[in-house]
Amino acid sequence: MKKFSRLSLLALACALGALLLVTGCSKEPDTIKIGFNIPLTGDIPKVGEASKYAAEMLKEDINSKGGLEVGGKKYKLQFIYQDNESKADSAVNAALKLIEQDGVVAIVGPNSSKQAVPAGGICNERETPMISPWSTNPDTTKGRPWIFRAAFLDPFQGPVAANFAAKQFGAKTAAVIFDIANDYSKGLADIFKQVWEQKMGAGSLVAFESHGTKDQDFSAQLTKIIDAKPDFIFVPDNYNQVALIVKQAHDLGYKGPFMGADAWGSAELMTLCGKDCVGQFFSTHYAAAGAQGDTKVFIDRYNQKYGYVPDDVAALTWDATRIVLQAIQDAGKLNTDVKAERKAIRDAIANIKEFKGITGSMKFDAEGDPIKCAVVVRISEDGQFTFAESVCP
Amino acid sequence: MEFVFQNILNALQWGSFYALIALGYTLVYGVLLLINFAHGDIFMVGAYIAYFVATLLLGTMGLGPTATLVLAVPLTMILTSCVGVTLERVAYRPLRRKGAHRLYVVITALMCGLMLENGNLALLGASRKYFPELMEKTVYTFAGLSVTNLKVVVIITAFVAFAVLHFIVTRTKIGMAMRGISWDKFAIPLMGIPVDSIIVFTFVLGSGMAGLAGLLFAMAYPVLEPYMGALIGWKAFIAAVVGGIGDIRGAFLGGFLLAFLEIGVAAVFPSTLRDLIAFTVLLLIMWRKPTGIFGVAKHQKI
Repeated sequence: MKKFSRLSLLALACALGALLLVTGCSKEPDTIKIGFNIPLTGDIPKVGEASKYAAEMLKEDINSKGGLEVGGKKYKLQFIYQDNESKADSAVNAALKLIEQDGVVAIVGPNSSKQAVPAGGICNERETPMISPWSTNPDTTKGRPWIFRAAFLDPFQGPVAANFAAKQFGAKTAAVIFDIANDYSKGLADIFKQVWEQKMGAGSLVAFESHGTKDQDFSAQLTKIIDAKPDFIFVPDNYNQVALIVKQAHDLGYKGPFMGADAWGSAELMTLCGKDCVGQFFSTHYAAAGAQGDTKVFIDRYNQKYGYVPDDVAALTWDATRIVLQAIQDAGKLNTDVKAERKAIRDAIANIKEFKGITGSMKFDAEGDPIKCAVVVRISEDGQFTFAESVCP
Repeated sequence: MEFVFQNILNALQWGSFYALIALGYTLVYGVLLLINFAHGDIFMVGAYIAYFVATLLLGTMGLGPTATLVLAVPLTMILTSCVGVTLERVAYRPLRRKGAHRLYVVITALMCGLMLENGNLALLGASRKYFPELMEKTVYTFAGLSVTNLKVVVIITAFVAFAVLHFIVTRTKIGMAMRGISWDKFAIPLMGIPVDSIIVFTFVLGSGMAGLAGLLFAMAYPVLEPYMGALIGWKAFIAAVVGGIGDIRGAFLGGFLLAFLEIGVAAVFPSTLRDLIAFTVLLLIMWRKPTGIFGVAKHQKI
């Protein structure tokens, strides 16, 4: 027993020592530390992977040229990736760790609104600039001067989906199935419901069904939806659930179209969903097939490096990170004090009038939200996301 | 009316998975009085084994889907039972030998489950796996009902598996030995019955069922992830308890009962209330009959 306690004391001492070492040597003057709060595991790992790959590509670009030039001096970039496990509470912990322990000057991410809304609260409180690449829920930036994003908002995306579906399918009635535990999915479903009923009159939304995040069987909800005979089904869900929902709806005899939202746009959607998703439409941030200019250069380089066509999260992370880097440059000089540097970056991002990103050019409004166009893509027979329509505000 | 029948079909498919998993819980509990909390994760491992077997046979060996399915069923069941038996040898048997209290074994089972989940995450990564189609899916529609051939196969398999297990436990010698250990594990070795072998056989049966469930589940819901076994495992365990844990008929009935409740609630009420109402009903059943539907209260002999 005695031996055991001595051993555990020793282990504790070692752990503490290691912790001190790590925190002790965290100050390096010649680097800029940027944190990434992304889902490397959990429900949407492909989203985290795409974010990380895009960031790595950007970092290599800049570091291979000696670093980022700020006020005549070059600084190496250091990116710290924190896994938020696609969970809200883990995203808060990851943000805290990046702010307090790693001392980053800015945070890119979280991607999904489910994590971005709570993490945004923490970053705003601790006065650390955060820019979410992919979050479309208005609450992420609302009343939070330190929080920005690179994606359009759901109040914009909802009408885009509703208008497109009404025109494309000639639809009069619609049904919705969404994830009640996901801020993104629930928010977008509510907005869609409001827009659709305003447009088509009361009773035009024939079914409004929810499910849980870990659910795998949706047959009861889908039976209810199919029984109501909608002209199309709106599915603002993550790609992994989309694969199951679309398949099960087909198994239950549904033959009509689906309309999706930007969370469909993962590189993994087609491996999971296969031919069931062919021919469906969804609104998103950019269409990889048929892209031109800088966007095409990015897609080709990413594809060559990692072996698949980058999805919208990859492109948005690229843009979001570049906004942070530009803000650092715009600030003119690098402060040695982390707090002062964070303030400088926030002010610089707020001052960016227009930014030309690979997902389109964007202007920021007073909330820190970009005003940019959305595209609707069709999933083609060979699994490509092809351009169908572009809608600008 | 169609609506009701369609949901009955849905519930039969969903209940088949609960029932198959609950059978594993109940078998191990029946023999060892041990709640094998790792069983949900053995089911997950079963689904992954099925995935690797299927991709190997389809891709590398170049077999057709039907031949793959025919080979995948026994292979998955055997390989999954190897995992179950390994757990028994590595984790449970040493504790049993040392005479540890049952509580510690249950905690060990919880740990084993977490190890399987996170081991999978570490080895294979977080990315989801897509299970290849082994069966040309056809949707049959009659009188407004839609049913796929896969759904029929799943439901029939569950009933056949139940019948086979029931036969083994009630009509064979080894089944008799299993029931004997459950009755009095101190007297049974005196009769010359090899307790360890019987326990291993129990794990083979239980994990084999989990493997079968994993394969069928992967065919019906072809998106696999490391944590897929956790929630369904918990629910199947509850189903087994409601049915009367330790009783095979109870596990089977409990599994379908839970599925009917879940699907029924989701079909009538907003689906947010699904688990709340379903488990309230189960709680009421437990309240009336704490030992479960088929359970018999055990009286300690002093």
